[in-house]
Amino acid sequence: MLTYLEDLGTLAVRKALDLTVQKVSRRGFLGGSATFALAVYATDASAFERWKTGGTDMPHGVVEDPMVFVSIDADGTVTLVAHRSEMGTGARTSLPMIMADEMEADWDRVVIVQAEGDEPKYGNQNTDGSRSMRHHIQAARKIGGSVRHMLAAAAAERWGVSASEVVVENHVVRHGDKSLGFGDLAEAAMAMPVPAHEDIAYKSPDAFRYTGKGEVQITDLHDITTGKAVYGGDVTVPGMKVAMAVRPPVVGGKVVRFDASEALALPGVVGVYELPHSIPPAGFAPLGGVAVVADDTWTAIKARDLITIEWDDGPHAGYNSDTFMEEMKATALEKGNALRTQGDPDGAFANAARVFGHTYTGDHIAHIAMEPPVALAQVQGGMAEIWAPVQSPYQARTDIAAALEMDVANVKVNVTLLGGGFGRKSKADFATEAALLSKMAGVPVRMQWTREDDVRHSFYHTTSAERIEVALNAEDRVTGWRHNSVAPSIVSTFAPDSGYQFPVENGMGHVDVPFDIANISCENGKAMAHTRIGWFRAVSNVPRAFAIGSFVGELAAELGRDEKEMWLELIGAPRTIDPAASGFPETYWNYGEPPGQGFDIQTGRLAHVLETAAAGIGYGKALPDGEGIGLAVHRSFVSYVGCAAHVKMVDGRITVPELHLAIDCGFAANPERIASQMEGAAVMGMTVALDSSITYRDGAVVQANYYDYDVVRADNFPRKVVTHIVPHDFATPSTGVGEPGLPPIAPAIANAVFKASGTRRRGLPMGRTI
Amino acid sequence: MARLVVNGESREFDAGSDMPLLWALRDHLNLNGTKYGCGAGLCGACTVHMNGKAVRACQVSLGQAEGAEITTIEGLDPNGDHRVQQAWRELNVPQCGFCQSGQIMQAAALLAENPKPSDEEILSAMSGNVCRCGCYQRIVGAVRLASTGS
Ligand code: FES
Ligand code: FES
Repeated sequence: MLTYLEDLGTLAVRKALDLTVQKVSRRGFLGGSATFALAVYATDASAFERWKTGGTDMPHGVVEDPMVFVSIDADGTVTLVAHRSEMGTGARTSLPMIMADEMEADWDRVVIVQAEGDEPKYGNQNTDGSRSMRHHIQAARKIGGSVRHMLAAAAAERWGVSASEVVVENHVVRHGDKSLGFGDLAEAAMAMPVPAHEDIAYKSPDAFRYTGKGEVQITDLHDITTGKAVYGGDVTVPGMKVAMAVRPPVVGGKVVRFDASEALALPGVVGVYELPHSIPPAGFAPLGGVAVVADDTWTAIKARDLITIEWDDGPHAGYNSDTFMEEMKATALEKGNALRTQGDPDGAFANAARVFGHTYTGDHIAHIAMEPPVALAQVQGGMAEIWAPVQSPYQARTDIAAALEMDVANVKVNVTLLGGGFGRKSKADFATEAALLSKMAGVPVRMQWTREDDVRHSFYHTTSAERIEVALNAEDRVTGWRHNSVAPSIVSTFAPDSGYQFPVENGMGHVDVPFDIANISCENGKAMAHTRIGWFRAVSNVPRAFAIGSFVGELAAELGRDEKEMWLELIGAPRTIDPAASGFPETYWNYGEPPGQGFDIQTGRLAHVLETAAAGIGYGKALPDGEGIGLAVHRSFVSYVGCAAHVKMVDGRITVPELHLAIDCGFAANPERIASQMEGAAVMGMTVALDSSITYRDGAVVQANYYDYDVVRADNFPRKVVTHIVPHDFATPSTGVGEPGLPPIAPAIANAVFKASGTRRRGLPMGRTI
Repeated sequence: MARLVVNGESREFDAGSDMPLLWALRDHLNLNGTKYGCGAGLCGACTVHMNGKAVRACQVSLGQAEGAEITTIEGLDPNGDHRVQQAWRELNVPQCGFCQSGQIMQAAALLAENPKPSDEEILSAMSGNVCRCGCYQRIVGAVRLASTGS
């Protein structure tokens, strides 16, 4: 996200930090490439013709040097580096799995190590935006294929045969009746030149052992089920202390004075420190406040409660989310700034037989990953070492270096497993707090946030009002579409707030509306931010998909049409949308992907996932009173997801006995993890639909913990979730999986609730009962 | 000085009797498998067994735990092969994994008390354990698998 803010000129690129980390020295490629054609894999080159992705435009791009990612021990153990953070999507397993497959390594002999935050070495590590597979799958194959060739070349040299006659298969290198293990060849192989892409005979996809199969289990499975997996709060170093902080209740607030005498008198308290406060826009800087450092967590908790603080609440003390919502709804009814104008929308509405419209709203959302923010920092002797569950370790490293006024080369960020992230752990304010406190207290410090801290001091999903209207002609055909999106922008966290959204937000389900309507106006009305706006799984797609999906359901009901037919009519014939010819803004952002590489909007894929989900659930079947099936489909992160939700009202409670998700994410690299992401999205989507509401009174968040910010639990989750994965071969680029499942869930549930109960809910969350 | 019997071992360490068992396990006994998720008995991430029953370690003080037999995820089975753990692996339950020690301890306590729970009994027993990643379908499936073998 930050990258795109900078790229689009929204932010001045921050040049303050001279990133002096040494560039990886790349081995030169020595000629004689013909020797690399391995008989067994001499497939035609089209087995893997490369396509361009936005990965190379990300900071530090994509690194595909095997010397950076692979090492082989003499005993044959293959160690692969996972450079993306693991927060539950399986990225830490899936990318190494693809390397191993292309390398012909036996997965049972592969060990995975997590990269520290070092983008100049590993390439982009910002695990965000559903990009891991999209941007790195080609590199993973290249890395694996290179090592396979290098092993073959080493064996060929040893045996005095042509490398093209050497077979590399499942951790063994063979020629005739001679064979050697990977370990026997390790040293010689890793000294071989790294082949170029063109000189690698890639495996034919039908020879994949692991890729695309979904049979490899996540690498941490045993550790997770035995309690050995290491998360942010599980790392200790000798002499470590634990910190807790009281942060300003209102963003932009600061400490006037505080009294810590009682806290300091508590045995086990090391010290109490004021943290530097930040005035928005402050990026990922900590909020400030007062922190206590103590011998253990319990002492820190007790001591924190004894600190009394007088606050200056600052300019946002007047933020009341109820009033603000009414203001946004009023703004949404006005004409907003035009972002996309196709055809003559004003004319269409002026000549309409009638206009049909509704406004849909969404409250702020906090991510509440199961693991609240936590980080350990050891700052001493001009060096800082951090252990933290962060999505963007290199961003964390540069932020921490800036906060400590240290050279980034002297800061090391180790990445633990993340107990969930969902966008919150892209922002390493908590790790910066740990580093600042370690420096101040002169001891290693673990900064532990409580759940209340997490709920009250997040970088929140924005709140929004989305107004959608259509112009209908005398035959009830849709001739015009107007969508005014009003929501405080993420930009406000990084730059002075204009009240308007930026191209990344506009591109997430707003200006890219894929409907075949002649006249379209996508607009943006002003809304100023009064809290830290960040990104939550699927970001602006959540409110847009809810608004558009609910509206399609309402329009179908209004016109007496079948919901699925209504969707398909609006989506129109299968086509690739040409952004320029469709009035898209020049700044149109397609998830950072270049045009013409398989990432463009393809309406046929959209219609297909809708049809697949609908067919899966048996859409159209007769249901008893109090039950209904709702549909929604949405494209985000370049993937297409259709949802069919079956809702059953039970004593006024919304229940979801069955839910089908169909996803088209191009080549499905790890179907088992794709299904698990879809199942998770269904649960989180139901929580978004029913429960998630962060509200503000006098500038401060009202909610605190699960008792007033609850989530869907085992007693009421979508009971049967079925995932349908649209099959594609490797040549169809893999696209996002972590986020795109989420957006269509809430509108499909809302449409089903309407059918089951006759009640239409136009605000997120809808509540648990009707 | 606090005294605890954890995973069959007697442990002594310096902590007050008001300290929640959760923080004693994590900070003083280096048993980090038990997780902090809410500190208020609302999420189940800290679930351990006290005399065989599932309890929230954040809601039990050392004073209350003294003399009891405490079992944590690390002590559930010497090889980590309790049938619940096996079922969890067979169905690939975890996503981020953070809630899973608590889920497994809750499920193991349920099955110890009620070896063949009905679906409704499983759902109700597991509803105090939040999984923000949303693994419930597999969690329920794994409890059933551990219980019935299918
Ligand atoms: S941490 Fe104990 S129930 Fe949540
Ligand atoms: S697996 Fe992430 S919270 Fe349950």
